[in-house]
Amino acid sequence: MLRLPRFKYLRPKNAREAARMAADLGPRAMFVAGGTDLFPKLKRRQFDVETLIALDFLPRDIHNGSSECVVGAGVTLASAASNEHLVKSFTGYAQAAGLVSSPPLRNAGTVGGNLCVDTRCNYYDMTYEWRKAAGFCMKKDGDICLVAPSSPRCWAVSSSDTAPMAIALDGVVGLTGPDGERELPVSVLYRDDGMDYMAKQASEVVTSLTLSAGRDMRTAYVKLRRRGSIDFPIAGAAVALQLDGDEVVRCRIVLSAVASHPLEATAAEDFLKGKRVDAETIRETADIAAKPAKPLDNADLSHFWRKRMVHVVVEQALLQAATRTPGSTVKLLGQYPE
Amino acid sequence: MTSDGKFGVIGKPLQKVDAVAKVTGRAIYADDMLLPRTLHCRILRSPHPHARILSIDTSAARRIPGVQAVITGADLPIKFGILPVTQDERALEHEKVRYVGDPIAAVAAIDEEIAAAACDAISVEYEVLEPVMSIDEALAAPKDERIQDYGGPHNIHKLVALEFGDVEAGFAQADHVREDVFFFQGNTHLPMEQHSAIATYVDGRITLWSSTQVVHYVHRALSKVLELPMSRIRVIGAAHGGGFGGKTDPFAHEIIVCKLAMLTGRPVKCTLTREEVFYAHRGRHPVLMWVRTGVTRDGLITAMHFRTALDGGAYGSYGVASTFYTGALQTVTYDIPAYRFEGCRVFTNKPPCGPKRGHGTPQPRFALELHLEKIAHDLGIDPVDLKRRNFVMPHTRTVNWMRVTSCGLEECTERVMTASGYAHRDKRPGHGMGFAISSYLSGAGTAIYWNDMPHSEVQIKVDRGGVTAYCGAMDIGQGSDSVLATIVAEELGLQPADVRLVTADTDTTPIDLGSYSSRVTFMAGNAAIEAARKMRGMLIEAVAAKMKCDAAAVEVAGGRIGDFSFQEASVLAEGRFGTLISAGSYTPPKLAGPYKGSGVGPSPAYSYSACVVDLEADARTGLVKVNRIWIAHDVGRAINPLLVEGQVEGSVYMGLGEALMEEQAFRKGLHKWPSMLEYKSPTFLDMPEVETFIVETVDPEGPYGAKEAGQGPLLPVPPAVCSAVYDALGVWIDEVPVTPEKIVEALRRRAKGEPARFGPARFPSIPYPTAIKVEPPPREMDRAATSSI
Ligand SMILES: Cc1cc2nc3c(=O)[nH]c(=O)nc-3n(C[C@H](O)[C@H](O)[C@H](O)COP(=O)(O)OP(=O)(O)OC[C@H]3O[C@@H](n4cnc5c(N)ncnc54)[C@H](O)[C@@H]3O)c2cc1C
Ligand code: SF4
Repeated sequence: MLRLPRFKYLRPKNAREAARMAADLGPRAMFVAGGTDLFPKLKRRQFDVETLIALDFLPRDIHNGSSECVVGAGVTLASAASNEHLVKSFTGYAQAAGLVSSPPLRNAGTVGGNLCVDTRCNYYDMTYEWRKAAGFCMKKDGDICLVAPSSPRCWAVSSSDTAPMAIALDGVVGLTGPDGERELPVSVLYRDDGMDYMAKQASEVVTSLTLSAGRDMRTAYVKLRRRGSIDFPIAGAAVALQLDGDEVVRCRIVLSAVASHPLEATAAEDFLKGKRVDAETIRETADIAAKPAKPLDNADLSHFWRKRMVHVVVEQALLQAATRTPGSTVKLLGQYPE
Repeated sequence: MTSDGKFGVIGKPLQKVDAVAKVTGRAIYADDMLLPRTLHCRILRSPHPHARILSIDTSAARRIPGVQAVITGADLPIKFGILPVTQDERALEHEKVRYVGDPIAAVAAIDEEIAAAACDAISVEYEVLEPVMSIDEALAAPKDERIQDYGGPHNIHKLVALEFGDVEAGFAQADHVREDVFFFQGNTHLPMEQHSAIATYVDGRITLWSSTQVVHYVHRALSKVLELPMSRIRVIGAAHGGGFGGKTDPFAHEIIVCKLAMLTGRPVKCTLTREEVFYAHRGRHPVLMWVRTGVTRDGLITAMHFRTALDGGAYGSYGVASTFYTGALQTVTYDIPAYRFEGCRVFTNKPPCGPKRGHGTPQPRFALELHLEKIAHDLGIDPVDLKRRNFVMPHTRTVNWMRVTSCGLEECTERVMTASGYAHRDKRPGHGMGFAISSYLSGAGTAIYWNDMPHSEVQIKVDRGGVTAYCGAMDIGQGSDSVLATIVAEELGLQPADVRLVTADTDTTPIDLGSYSSRVTFMAGNAAIEAARKMRGMLIEAVAAKMKCDAAAVEVAGGRIGDFSFQEASVLAEGRFGTLISAGSYTPPKLAGPYKGSGVGPSPAYSYSACVVDLEADARTGLVKVNRIWIAHDVGRAINPLLVEGQVEGSVYMGLGEALMEEQAFRKGLHKWPSMLEYKSPTFLDMPEVETFIVETVDPEGPYGAKEAGQGPLLPVPPAVCSAVYDALGVWIDEVPVTPEKIVEALRRRAKGEPARFGPARFPSIPYPTAIKVEPPPREMDRAATSSI
């Protein structure tokens, strides 16, 4: 059986203490929240850690203010997906949280953990023995990229389901570092780098996620995955629209699982703004949105097909958002109308 | 059974005898066992698909504190293998590795982490050889050297060619001849429970508890490799978390823990990681198939020529049998008057393939069903109609000498046709329905190694404490324990819960060859009936003497024998006869035809299934959503209908996985995704509603008429899915899995005016030998039903 490595387990009382521990211990320590991403990876020896710093002190409540909603980083994905306020006012976010993985993992996985979840690549998310046989890559233990051998960088894929939606909803994270607190828009929380994918300091704890754009926005998240459950996204689109009649006043389109960071489709947003939402516009917008997506051969199914599907998920998300069916569960397999 | 012919427990949907233990997690699986001072074993495996081992240095590993023993191939040099003709495996290889994952060295240590660290500290020097990763590469001259040093030419393992009847004349009579090429991708069993084994060596005797389907064959292999007499080895099947054919070979880790227990004098346990389970494999062979069939204007088959090429992976395993199986059962569903079969298995540098649910027959079934469907379209005949016209009749003998007894094909078809409304289906684009049939063995008619002994034996003991039945059969979750208890209970007028079972233990139970080839209900069931009837006879005789009546007047039912409770009756009988024991056994009739290779295919009875799949397929994305499945299965008699439904639904589930997503894929010589997350198999949410119909044809030779249910119902699912996709979108996907990419590509080809299909373009040229011509059995024998040849 695969076993966890031995590690020290620290339980700080608050975020400041946790951040200090992390700063002191450096890269041989990691935070752990729900552990749903971290523990399997530790079993596969994808990280060399000596110490885990528990984040079980993180707030687990959701404050619903007049214009914004503050979600504690310790809130589980299951609670977020079923929270009344989120389902009603930030539908797309609740939808995204509810589409992560499987019910048991949503019961343990947290909102904060989902924002920080490691990038993925099917040359990397493998056991130590497999990676040793394949030849290690630069993301762990090696120095080349096995997907794009001539590339100087790692192209591991940002696979968080909720991050794109958080960006689309003008989300802001609360961060606590060893020396203080700050806020950072989720849109600048990530870097376009499969290895060093977070723009925050490694010692900073995500303590909350504040969603603000929701109230008058119609939102939807559409996720593509092979099966009805468990699978990470192989393409996804988070859409937030504000309509005046049927004219688009504001819009955000953010893609998941097509790059090393959540990819905002700015050209498509610009195109859609001021237009009326109809089938034709949606199709054209989706076309533009899909262009910058560059899936590589490091996730499920062929990258050609995934590229083609980006268009479809964007179109579906736009349609859903425009017609806004809050809280509807999205069935993916074969559910696309012509 | 009562005197008026009513069953007491047969046919009732009773709970499995081990249901509570399994559901509450209280069953003891091999990995649950932790004996005092147990050592933990990890295995170092090859990182190269093909390499010569130049040296192995274990000194650093041995120095790690906590390491108790390190062994390499030099410690276990004797070769073994499931088939006598292919003894080509070693528990540990010290000369040459043949796939990524091939075992090289093993460590026993005080915990698993230390064992794993020690494995990492072993240094192995390799001379890396060019890997052979496809059928085409295996057929060509090897760049470096052959994978195995037997078989040939090149990396061919086995070639077979058989011809029954006059095939050329058959084709000459045909009004229409069609050829097609199909591919069935390899996939693996994915049992919930990873393989696990724990061994002790005490007083010169080995005891091994293992998650295996075949305690007897493991017993034999241990004896051979460890050079110990079988009497000094005891193999016990631990509670089982799923096999599906994946635990039907003797495995390296089973031999290794025994050897390490012998060396250290301590219990040694090894539980494979999920990744290692993918390497242990023995799963579905990838098979490339070419089929040519001649039909009359009315769609009656005049001749068929079927060619297969199996990608066998690195070792023999069951491969020779698998190869024959790809040609054996075409004839037991359709009346084929002249038939030529040419089969070929090649070695490649991949984990060895072997038997997976349906062993060697789902692949040709897939090809055959779709091929006939295409012929029907050519002729403008409804495919269901065309197939029906060719169905074999009950009590016939096929051109390749298979004896068909009961056959519910027609009834199965009728049931799914009626229930699904196939004939009046909604013909909107994107919606499709597909139909397919199949058949499978109720146990192989011949044993794996040649012998004249029974295939299954049961002993029954009755004493003051009640009834105990002993049988080597291994319950792998299919419910064989429940079936045994039910049969014994039926004969003795008891409930299954009244019967204690001792099973799958080579020290205490008489032989059963194991849980493979759907043989247990049929063979152990018949043995149990015989043993139980003997016991029943003694009980009745004692009671009749006491009641001073005729034995025929003694009713056995409801826990009573005549005027006495079962307990009282057993006291009477024990007083009369002494120790109450009885035994029964089952030896299948000698059914093999008069030709070499005829041992594969014959079975005392065949099950039959028919299936309709209803799905939506989206032209833009290629995504498929299965709405509903109707499946009818001729099980002869359902000894427990709940268990039969469970087996049928489980088969449908597995068939759907193979049809839509499961794929043993390789990249750069490595298994691409040896993990349960990346190797896709359906989740609950991907599983459609399944409507199961049990058809009972009461087979003349099955226990109470029962036949198999565990494998056959998988077979029609993949072809029915593909024909439904064709019905929905008008494109043929001539290979599984049917991924969305393939559908999109087929549609693109159609749009460009190319053939509207996705599938293999050609069948390679293979140096098949000249076919051995076999006279078909005389037609007059057709109705000489159940007698053997
Ligand atoms: C089989 C499987 C399927 C999955 N499917 C999906 C999926 O479909 N979609 C998806 O998005 N994810 C998926 N995941 C990943 C994971 O379950 C989720 O992303 C989950 O939300 C992670 O949250 P967690 O609390 O468990 O994080 P953890 O595993 O505890 O941590 C993940 C990472 O984030 C860091 N971290 C956690 N919390 C914080 C914090 N508050 N501040 C700073 N750093 C932090 C940790 O140090 C670690 O690096 C899957 C995982 C598995 C094993
Ligand atoms: S993208 Fe390249 S470098 Fe990054 S994880 Fe995959 S193989 Fe490694």
